Amino acid sequence: MSRTPVPKHPLYGLLGEFEHPAQLLSAAERAYQAGYRKMNAYTPIPLHGLSDALGQKPTRLPYLVLAGGLLGGCGAYSMLYYACAISYPYNIGGRPLNSWPAFIPITFELTILGAGFAAFLGMLALNGLPHPHHPLFEVPAFSLASRDRFFLSIQSGDPQFDVEKTRTFLESLSAKVHEVPQ
Amino acid sequence: MSKKKSRRSHGSDHSGPEDHAQKGPQHPGDAGHAEHTFGSVTDKISSIVLTRKTSRGWLGGLLFSCMLLMVLMYASAYLLARGIGIWGTTVPVGWAFPIINFVWWIGIGHAGTLISAVLLLLHQDWRTSINRFAEAMTLFAVCCAGIYPLLHLGRPWVFHWLMPYPNTMGLWPNFRSPLVWDVFAVSTYFTCSALFWYMGLIPDLASLRDRATGRAQRVIYGMMAMGWRGSAKHWQRYEIAYLLMAGLCTPLVVSVHSIVGLDFAASIVPGWHTTIAPPYFVVGAILSGFAMVMTLMIPLRAVYRLEDFVTNKHLDNMAKVILATSMMMAYGYLCEVFYAYYSGNEYERYVTLNRALGPYAWSYWALLASNIVCPQIFWFNWARSSVPVLFFVSLAVNLGMWLERFVIVVISLHRDYLPSSWRMYYPTVWDFAHFLGSIGLFFTLMFLFLRLLPMISIFELRELVHEAEGEA
Repeated sequence: MSRTPVPKHPLYGLLGEFEHPAQLLSAAERAYQAGYRKMNAYTPIPLHGLSDALGQKPTRLPYLVLAGGLLGGCGAYSMLYYACAISYPYNIGGRPLNSWPAFIPITFELTILGAGFAAFLGMLALNGLPHPHHPLFEVPAFSLASRDRFFLSIQSGDPQFDVEKTRTFLESLSAKVHEVPQ
Repeated sequence: MSKKKSRRSHGSDHSGPEDHAQKGPQHPGDAGHAEHTFGSVTDKISSIVLTRKTSRGWLGGLLFSCMLLMVLMYASAYLLARGIGIWGTTVPVGWAFPIINFVWWIGIGHAGTLISAVLLLLHQDWRTSINRFAEAMTLFAVCCAGIYPLLHLGRPWVFHWLMPYPNTMGLWPNFRSPLVWDVFAVSTYFTCSALFWYMGLIPDLASLRDRATGRAQRVIYGMMAMGWRGSAKHWQRYEIAYLLMAGLCTPLVVSVHSIVGLDFAASIVPGWHTTIAPPYFVVGAILSGFAMVMTLMIPLRAVYRLEDFVTNKHLDNMAKVILATSMMMAYGYLCEVFYAYYSGNEYERYVTLNRALGPYAWSYWALLASNIVCPQIFWFNWARSSVPVLFFVSLAVNLGMWLERFVIVVISLHRDYLPSSWRMYYPTVWDFAHFLGSIGLFFTLMFLFLRLLPMISIFELRELVHEAEGEA
């Protein structure tokens, strides 16, 4: 059977279920070698090397956190400078208006605050969360992805995807295969 | 690629061969009690929340805590109606119970961040069983702490004047004052702790969503998990975010209590005006926080049968931290005495003598006994493995740290420069009502947390099982 020409495939994809993390890791590598790209793996624990095996790029999150921290810190110092030197200058025995040592604590705290928000919100945003519903949640076995099973999904959008061939491929990796409706 | 893995295994080597030989199991996976798997740790912790029947003990505890919380509500309502004159706080002791309690609670909170962030960065895997709980403790302790400065403002309904915002008065907060730094430090601390805690909860909330037995459970935990699927990409970003948060929280926690220390050090009151105050406050915070974790964890692990996860090894490690920080505190106390002697300043000298021999000398000696003398028993192995001893010492340290703030605040203020202004300080019933009430608030939040959220990080326990399997 050839690939259906309609853009919307009836299936979201196929989901292979594995018992052991090592099986999933080697399956991910094999799938990548077989040319699959639109795929993802689901695990109850962070598995190191899994992203690499799937050909995923490193995340941009650290740059976001850096930007958040810089924004917080620069914003804080600008506010302090504006307040103490421009908006409400107050001569206390001729001391400098831009009294930077006294501005350090607040600048520091707001740097951390900015970076913290960037880390949290950036993680959520890049992960596309909140995302209350997802086709995978329709597969009953997928609830074990947060317990003790390891899953590899190959999506129907992948150019290599073919229900029968992909199923055979996943089965050859000793996976239990589930169909994921769209 | 397996950077984390290698540093983790390095970390477990690091915890010392003698610890292994002595206390045996470190990972739940090789715990002597039971052979744990991914499934069993997930089921055990999530069942506490999902399927365990609400016990009478829990209900009784919650009711009692709520009663104390009502005391706080009543006292606060009365305070708002009558003003802060209902407290014993007066001139010259203008910073009495509210500030003592504020510093005490903030200090307790510090152990949570220390356990979750600093020990993560130091590769101390044993933290996994207690970090979630300790983080929750941080949040609730900061909630309790936050009440006091607000009520102590006298006009708490204008608390927003502490925040910089464009206002018709054309005024700004005094950004050069440590008290304003405190506002920023404590609010940042609360926010970042809450974010860190919630981030840690997300994968576990997904586990709860997937294990839920009823529709309401599934929907509520599902909303809170925000659609977490544990995909490789999710985990990749998650781990980076978690590590960065830990890295951010570590200097934050040090800065918060340093700034609280500066509240004192930046003033000219004898006994406060010392450069040692910031680090000394941080160490004290660690000491009191670990003591509080121990006080709470010992009964909890018995009630919820968590000895597999919170092992004697954890208690042993916490006892060592308490011993170490107690010795640092001893150094701090010695330094204060030395400063007074070496400065040649008669007011500093008088404060030191007044601490040891004055009308509040009982509090100074009680503080030394509970903070310095009691923890010395942890030099002995048998004491660190005896649950009653651990519990007793942790209570003593909690009390001692409260007394320490009493000594710092009250003894310094009640007799400073001008003998004509000296006056004794006596707390009123409302001071105690607010203190007990905040304990009620803390335990109310704690009981709700224990019932509604997983008190041990499930996914991190699974990681430990995974690593134990890898090593086996």
